[in-house]
Amino acid sequence: MNKRKLQNYLGVSVLSLAILITFGFLIVFIIRMFYMGSSVLSWDFVFSSPQKGMTAGGIFPAVVGTFWLTTLAILIAMPLGVFTAIYLTNYGKPVWLVRILRISINTLAGTPSIIFGLFGMAIFVNLMGFNISLLSGALTLAILALPMIINNTEEAIRSVPKDFSDASLALGATQRQTILRVLLPTALPNILTSTIISIGRIAGETAPIMFTAATFYSRRLPKSWNDEVMALPYHIYALMTEGTHAEAQVPIAYGTALVLLMMVLSISAIAIYTRYAIRRNRKW
Amino acid sequence: MKGYKEKLFKAITYTASLFTIVALFGIIISLFSEGLPIFKNVPIAKFLGSSAWYPTHEFPEFGAFTLIMGSIFVSLGALIIGIPLGLGSAIFVSEIAGSRLKEIVKPIIELLAGIPSVVYGLFGMAFLAPLVRVWFNLDTGLNLFTVSVVLGVMIVPIIASLSEDALANVPKSIREASLALGATKTECIFRAVVPAAKNGIIGSVLIGFGRAIGETMVVLMVAGGSAQIPHSMFDSIRPMTSTIAAEMGETVMGDMHYSSLFALAILLFIITFVTNLVTELVFLRRSYR
Amino acid sequence: MKVNTIIILIVAILSAVSVPLLAKGNQLTCSGSTTVLPVAQATAEAFMDKNPDINISVRGGGSGVGVAALQNKTVDIANSSRSMKSKEIAACKAKGINPTPYAIANDGISIVVHKNNKVSNLTVAQIKGIYTGKIKNWKEVGGASMPIVIISRDVASGTFEVFNEKALSGSKVEGAAQLLASNNAVVTAVTSTPGAIGYAGLGYVNENVNVVPVNNITPSESTVKNGTYPLSRKLYMYTNGKAKGVVASYLSFIQSAEGQAMVKESGFITLN
Repeated sequence: MNKRKLQNYLGVSVLSLAILITFGFLIVFIIRMFYMGSSVLSWDFVFSSPQKGMTAGGIFPAVVGTFWLTTLAILIAMPLGVFTAIYLTNYGKPVWLVRILRISINTLAGTPSIIFGLFGMAIFVNLMGFNISLLSGALTLAILALPMIINNTEEAIRSVPKDFSDASLALGATQRQTILRVLLPTALPNILTSTIISIGRIAGETAPIMFTAATFYSRRLPKSWNDEVMALPYHIYALMTEGTHAEAQVPIAYGTALVLLMMVLSISAIAIYTRYAIRRNRKW
Repeated sequence: MKGYKEKLFKAITYTASLFTIVALFGIIISLFSEGLPIFKNVPIAKFLGSSAWYPTHEFPEFGAFTLIMGSIFVSLGALIIGIPLGLGSAIFVSEIAGSRLKEIVKPIIELLAGIPSVVYGLFGMAFLAPLVRVWFNLDTGLNLFTVSVVLGVMIVPIIASLSEDALANVPKSIREASLALGATKTECIFRAVVPAAKNGIIGSVLIGFGRAIGETMVVLMVAGGSAQIPHSMFDSIRPMTSTIAAEMGETVMGDMHYSSLFALAILLFIITFVTNLVTELVFLRRSYR
Repeated sequence: MKVNTIIILIVAILSAVSVPLLAKGNQLTCSGSTTVLPVAQATAEAFMDKNPDINISVRGGGSGVGVAALQNKTVDIANSSRSMKSKEIAACKAKGINPTPYAIANDGISIVVHKNNKVSNLTVAQIKGIYTGKIKNWKEVGGASMPIVIISRDVASGTFEVFNEKALSGSKVEGAAQLLASNNAVVTAVTSTPGAIGYAGLGYVNENVNVVPVNNITPSESTVKNGTYPLSRKLYMYTNGKAKGVVASYLSFIQSAEGQAMVKESGFITLN
């Protein structure tokens, strides 16, 4: 009996240890990021251009570049994703098409991001002749975001009780009216929160924009679809590997990482919190 | 008039859906049309089996064996770190933590999944690697061990959240029956609940594997980049993804080096595709209605 | 919730539309060698200060990247730390591109070792022996008994190409060598690795590493300029055809006294 108690105690401790190690790593990681990043972080750092061969100044062009890349990508992916989810949840015929569609979504979701980068380079940059530009990068990121948005939207729509649409249909509304006036508005908060999470994800992607959009140094902010842009994640990578003055540039890389991390994490945290709040307050 | 609107709306959703399929086929077609030409010059057996990767040499050689092994070693290393941590966290959250604790821990794990990989890369390169070098008295901290640790932590949220789903789906009656028979908490977890959730857990591990083998930025920054089969866990390695990322920019569209990198991408795509498909069909048993 | 979300959507759409569909304008792009990167960026900054309506976007990647981009017609200027290979020039010509070199600086590839390494000279043959894996210990070349850790550059690097041609006469680098992405990464790695050997452009060498003379010649302004240092080279910017307009004025700015002062400040050696 005692042996079993000991065994039980050990088992629970080992499991607790797993989560403690994970959280320990996370805490070391966050402390390191804030400690190193805060030495360069200031409003001036966020809102000025790089100077003196990337050893001084700020990262504003990269902030703006990442903002546009992400915004455009979501604006492209969002309508496609939402309509696809509506098709899956409400029409779903013919069956063979749905099957192919599901395999496609799951395959895209599991495809490594570097492959999206190669695809974007081969198709948008070279074949369609958009060159290395904001547009090529946003299109590539949009395809990357598509499976996330479809899955999230589908889940949100399916979480709406069937009674809602049944009631609407029983009152004589058409299917389109039911979708647009009942299903989507009810699912909207969930759709938006999960979309915000995907915004966080694609803002931090580096491999897809490496060959499609990103540049090492550009003082001007992007003015058109055709401009090469600086981007936060690529900036970190470039400073660490192509940098010329490590003493000055590693701190800037940490500062950039901290800005990116705070952007991504605060966006995700708001979305995750809202989602839990919605779930808790849901009346159905 | 009304019917026309209905049809139009349906057509729009239909078209949007086709787009995803088109995107996937676009990716497949572009990978194959750019990557297959290499096999006109280099036999497949040589590409897969030879270890000589000298793509820009005057007499170039395209042997990807070390790169493939690099990818496999990196992913296995990541799993060795990621499985105990991820699965342990999942069991903790699902079976041990009270609902209060659960509400704190779950969002944090979810948040962990949102950290950009390049930031992990920076952390591994500028913080962990120098420490590893000093601790183990090595020539370089950029090696298989360091990259496994960073990647392992990266896939913890994936393994944890998917396994947690699987554990949550185990009927309450199984736990109750096991406890009623006098099992301790640990026995109940490892003899009853985990075996019942086995398929979902294996599925989560496979998805974690797919993520690890396809991860680019961390391996590019932390793996060190020597094209060799590692003899110890402190050797530098060069997986497929970092080779593609490091060398793609320098290639000229359509030349042999360019298409050899696309060939690597085909291989990577096939590996992740098969992993995902097996996972979905066998282990997660998602319905394809 | 509903009102808020609608507002968010409207703001997002409005801001997206406000990215104007302007033409490219005075946008000038250059990409390529990481060795040239500091020079290109410093001069681009100064040039833009003088010509505020022009924007120069600078990308790295490696000399191979620049040459490839020139060939793919995706850049105005390709930075290269080596001269283009005849094969590359032929490939360009076949695509109707006429690569024209503009030398912007001199450089000597310095052989660097750890601060505590007392090796006082290496011959080109010894360097070749080390990088091809035939010489594995420092005692074979007059140093302490310590295994040699080879640090090299990835294949996109022009520094690697010049080194490969001038020091290794085309032999293949040993597989265990660490391939790093930049001069800076090499110097950093050598700084922290007692048994390491690496090579980097002069501009990157700092006091944390020892520079080993090659064939008893130390890389310096005079030995690089007169070519007696075996691993000396020129840094180039390539354009498609003779440079015109903004590109031409940027290039002549780099070659001017003011631009060359920046070259010197970056640690490289001026043209004249």
